[in-house]
Amino acid sequence: MKAAVVVLPGSNCDHDSFHVLSEVLKVPTDLLWHEETKLDQYDLIILPGGFSYGDYLRAGAIARFSPAVLALSDYVAARRGLVLGICNGFQMLTEAGLLPGALARNVTRQFICKTVALTVENADTAFTSELHVGERIELPIAHSQGRYVIDPEGLAALKHNRQILFTYADENPNGSLEAIAGVMDRDGRVFGLMPHPERNAEAMLGNGDGLRLWRSIVHACQEVYV
Amino acid sequence: MKEFLVKVLVEPRPGLLDPEGQAIEQAIKQLGLESAHDTRMGKVIAFKLHEESLSQARERAHWIGQKLLANPVIEQFSLEVEAL
Repeated sequence: MKAAVVVLPGSNCDHDSFHVLSEVLKVPTDLLWHEETKLDQYDLIILPGGFSYGDYLRAGAIARFSPAVLALSDYVAARRGLVLGICNGFQMLTEAGLLPGALARNVTRQFICKTVALTVENADTAFTSELHVGERIELPIAHSQGRYVIDPEGLAALKHNRQILFTYADENPNGSLEAIAGVMDRDGRVFGLMPHPERNAEAMLGNGDGLRLWRSIVHACQEVYV
Repeated sequence: MKEFLVKVLVEPRPGLLDPEGQAIEQAIKQLGLESAHDTRMGKVIAFKLHEESLSQARERAHWIGQKLLANPVIEQFSLEVEAL
């Protein structure tokens, strides 16, 4: 198995994801400058968190036209591997139309940086197989544009196809519709979430809940794509 | 080729909660315009184009508005195009 973390101008969580994959899970991983377009060699592509292009225009709106992100459409259409977008990466995936909905400014108008509780809504996916439905996990969030928005038809489709993988438990920090924290595409290969699993993947950085997501993903890649 | 000034006005879609608009409205009211309501915060992106005609400039501006400048899930846009 081989993974890539796309590095865009303004990415700042790229090395965290790289560390979890290459050091904690011992997966051969490349940091891939966003001008690269050869994605076929990878079983897993990470769009990391950060502030690509300064969040100018809208978060992710300019990054989605980066060569690597444009190439991702073919990668997804070819069903080559899995794609994980974290925070700014989630914003890019919605801007690119690879995930439904959009991420608007937090209802509180604040940049929110704290650990939140999440409810696992679907554990029957390549991204969550090591979790259990209804279970609570803890992951940090750090964003100002994380309020998930989608039209009623889109929401109904998300529910019908079980594409909502996580919701915020206890509190809804950013005002997301139905407290949605992460959604998957209909095909089950593209997943985006606002919380940061790479920031809680080792006991030193919390309770390590994030590592179970990473393990699910790596397990799926090793089973299916190698 | 003629030169045109394009202004793209991007606004939150009707009905979408606009926290920035709400904060601005509070300030407008505090300063004395107490009847202010429905405050919406958008943005203007202005640029110049070289095109053959006004209609062509409008068409190109509309294309980039849809492709890049507004996200139709949460925003709508309108155009002002004038010959320079």
